[in-house]
Amino acid sequence: MTLLATIGLEMHCEMKSNAKVFSRGKNGYSEIPNSNVVALDLALPGTMPTINKYCVKNALKMSMILNCEQPEYMYFDRKNYYYPDLPKGFQITQFHHPVGINGNVVIEVNGERKSILIHDIHLEEDTASLDHGFDSTYIDYNRCGIPLLELVTEPCIHSALEAVAFLEHMRSVYKYTDISEADTKKGQIRCDVNVSLAEEGAPLGTKVEIKNVNSFSNVAEAINYEIKRQSELIESGRQDEIEQETRRFDEESGTTIRMRSKADAIDYKYFVEPNIPKYKITKEWLENIRTEITELALERKDKYIKQYGLSDYDAGVLVKEREVSDYFESCIALGIDAKIAANWVTVQILAYINKYELTLNEFFLTPEMLKTIVDKINDGTISSKQAKEVFFKTLENNKKPEEFISKENAQISDRKELESIIEVILANNQKQVEEYHNGKSNLFDFFVGQVMKETRGKANPVLTKEILNEKL
Amino acid sequence: MKTVLELRELLDTNQVTSQALVDEALVLAHQNQEKCNSFVTILDDAKGNHEKKSLLSGIPYVIKDNFSTTGILSTGSSNTLKNYIPFFNATVIEKLKEAGAVPIAKSTMDEFGMGGTGTTGHTGIVKNPWDPSRMTAGSSAGSAACVAAGVVPFALGTDTGDSIRKPAAFCGIVGYKPTYGLISRYGLFPFASSLDHVGVLTRSVEDACATIDVMKGMDERDQTSLDSSTMHLLDSLTGDIKGKKLFYIKNLLELDAYEKVSDSLKSTFAQFESTLDLLRNAGAIVEGIEFDMVLLNAIPTTYVCISCAEATSNLSNMTGFSFGSRGEGSTYIESMKNHRTLGFSPLIKRRFVIGSYVLQKENQEKFFLNAQRVRRLVVDKMNELFKHYDAMIMPCSEGVATKLEQAGNMLQNDLLEVLENHMVIGNFGGFPSITIPNGMIEELPIGVNITGKVLDDENILNIAYTLEAKMSYKNQIAKEVN
Repeated sequence: MTLLATIGLEMHCEMKSNAKVFSRGKNGYSEIPNSNVVALDLALPGTMPTINKYCVKNALKMSMILNCEQPEYMYFDRKNYYYPDLPKGFQITQFHHPVGINGNVVIEVNGERKSILIHDIHLEEDTASLDHGFDSTYIDYNRCGIPLLELVTEPCIHSALEAVAFLEHMRSVYKYTDISEADTKKGQIRCDVNVSLAEEGAPLGTKVEIKNVNSFSNVAEAINYEIKRQSELIESGRQDEIEQETRRFDEESGTTIRMRSKADAIDYKYFVEPNIPKYKITKEWLENIRTEITELALERKDKYIKQYGLSDYDAGVLVKEREVSDYFESCIALGIDAKIAANWVTVQILAYINKYELTLNEFFLTPEMLKTIVDKINDGTISSKQAKEVFFKTLENNKKPEEFISKENAQISDRKELESIIEVILANNQKQVEEYHNGKSNLFDFFVGQVMKETRGKANPVLTKEILNEKL
Repeated sequence: MKTVLELRELLDTNQVTSQALVDEALVLAHQNQEKCNSFVTILDDAKGNHEKKSLLSGIPYVIKDNFSTTGILSTGSSNTLKNYIPFFNATVIEKLKEAGAVPIAKSTMDEFGMGGTGTTGHTGIVKNPWDPSRMTAGSSAGSAACVAAGVVPFALGTDTGDSIRKPAAFCGIVGYKPTYGLISRYGLFPFASSLDHVGVLTRSVEDACATIDVMKGMDERDQTSLDSSTMHLLDSLTGDIKGKKLFYIKNLLELDAYEKVSDSLKSTFAQFESTLDLLRNAGAIVEGIEFDMVLLNAIPTTYVCISCAEATSNLSNMTGFSFGSRGEGSTYIESMKNHRTLGFSPLIKRRFVIGSYVLQKENQEKFFLNAQRVRRLVVDKMNELFKHYDAMIMPCSEGVATKLEQAGNMLQNDLLEVLENHMVIGNFGGFPSITIPNGMIEELPIGVNITGKVLDDENILNIAYTLEAKMSYKNQIAKEVN
């Protein structure tokens, strides 16, 4: 019996914005608790929601990126339930007409492309956050009303690996588009995972939902645990013990724990939010938004491989973070050869910023400066070894690279100058010249060494070897 | 106390000071409180305002207690908010403040506006100044009672079903609910957001215009608010209604259609006929139309479904967590339950139960969504009629204010229920709607209602203004019957 796992994901991602999605409160969850709270965030009587157009725009943008259908009108629904993290007693979300439905997105899993089907994406508000102490719970309303995009896939994923690849892909999209910081450490991404098992080709098995999994590695662990748990039950003939239920992931034990059965599911009594009038989404607006969609990681990767001839690996490294890819593209725009630029970025620059824990924004050496260094290698002014020195000196001193490419340390590439230096060296080492001619050919390196010693390493090595070959 | 426009004249010619008006209003408020229990809070330290910024500058007024008022107790007449002092003003309060009007009290209402009797506020029942053994109707009970008693020239009200227009009728004054969105609802404690309107109770149509002129306007805090900058209500009154066309719903006004015909119903209809004659004399055309009886009969239930559903959601914020008094309990559920169980009166809990029921997944289609469909059909029918008519005119009720002891036993049969509730059509469609007094039955007032199409406020106000001039009830102050 071959069991196939079928997985659906719900991914909640907090959006970037100045104000919250329905209030004027600042979108600043990680600041001092309860410092970014206005009357509406506390649901004080008489307060009313007003929609943040910037958030709607970005929600529509994401809907287009996911190849979803956009609704004709934007409107919202109330999801009613009582919980201390929800001061209004309802969450404003999109139930009837989400900002996007029936989409699909191509991701890469272990080098293979796979299409993930999107059920819907909708715009909603986050709840307050609860911090459970020993005998009391603290409520931080900073998070209350922060814009959230909830993305729901069809059950079309079949392994933890695929699930994580999808989540990584979406994180990259959020960051490339600047719609979200998409930082799991800040709790900006939260996932619900649905897992069911059935024999291949058979109808889907009973679905188990795991709520609020907060990191990608936990998503993988939760899926793998659930696959193991369910397959053990099926294989031992205890299939009926798999119940349609909601479970939670327990980080400490790496297991999932039952919360409630489907029968206890809450009836959210959805109905249209009456305080936000229907808003017509015009074709012009959509087209406008479409033009703002930036080229995303996978598209750039394809371009780097096909157009620039980079390896799959290098292209993958370059597009992983948008700022790295942007840096690389600036280099290309300045006319640096793609392979040379890729080499500098993937080797020297990434190593440097990782070592000093910098972001590229904090990195002093601009693509323009890199261009200066590369140009000087190309015109023979400096060797690639010297170029590395210039690179580090530029960064150590926060000064332009030109400062470290002087006449004094410039490479000697003047044939006549080198010839006269070499003639003197050969004249002073007659014994070795003789031995060389007698067959001790490894003495060639000795002469190169002497030239370098004489010129304090500034002799153009290619030219040096060329002249030595002629003279010997 | 005179009308706004009369007081303006007196203030501008230095015959009276704002302080004197405020002092007088406060004295009258205390007298009225004794007799009618109109107020939750009387602002004894209210100060006159001598700077003239608008027609309303220096003039005392009353605020219904479901408006958020900075630093002033705002209870919605509910125990859940009995100690709630907001830190922000409703937009309409802010506008009146900028205009220089002086609030002198906050008025008693049915708890959160959910009632039509004026008897369910947490500070007790409101009595009708014409006859304290009778109700004012509600929910803007205290606002109607104090304006009728002459305490102030105007008071803020809110209207979800007929909560301004019904008490206005029973108190012999003017009650006006403008087009939905004309006045911002920001800061109004919500009952049913799609039906809630802010409006005013006055003793003249001119005053209704003058006050709404100040209160209306688009508000970026209320996305349902509308731009009405080209609408000037007071200036648009002409007193000329020649050629205007009005209709009434004939099938609700035929005596033989009613099972039991009371003297009061007969008298109400007779006086309504006289009112129509006044309009015809002024050059208007008035016609009876047939309105689909099936739709009419569905109106009260439709209102209950929609208003209760929205109410149960709107008032879910009353948990005692982010504001209000924390309920006792060792878990959050216990704590919320206790806060709500002790805070809300049984009447509104009943509405929450209905609201939850009609919204439940298995019931939503049958009740809530069907109610939305009926609402749409009624509104479409009205809009169809408004293509041919300027306004609908109807009596506000089957007679005068009910005796308090009959508060719970108002509705006798279906047709009377429809007659008593037809003004909710104005809320379904967001139509501008005004009630003015049009007669007396045994020395107690009755009213007539005029409702028009959306944003046609100027037109219906002008009709009401013209009609008011042909009767003797303008600036009528309640005379207690014995």
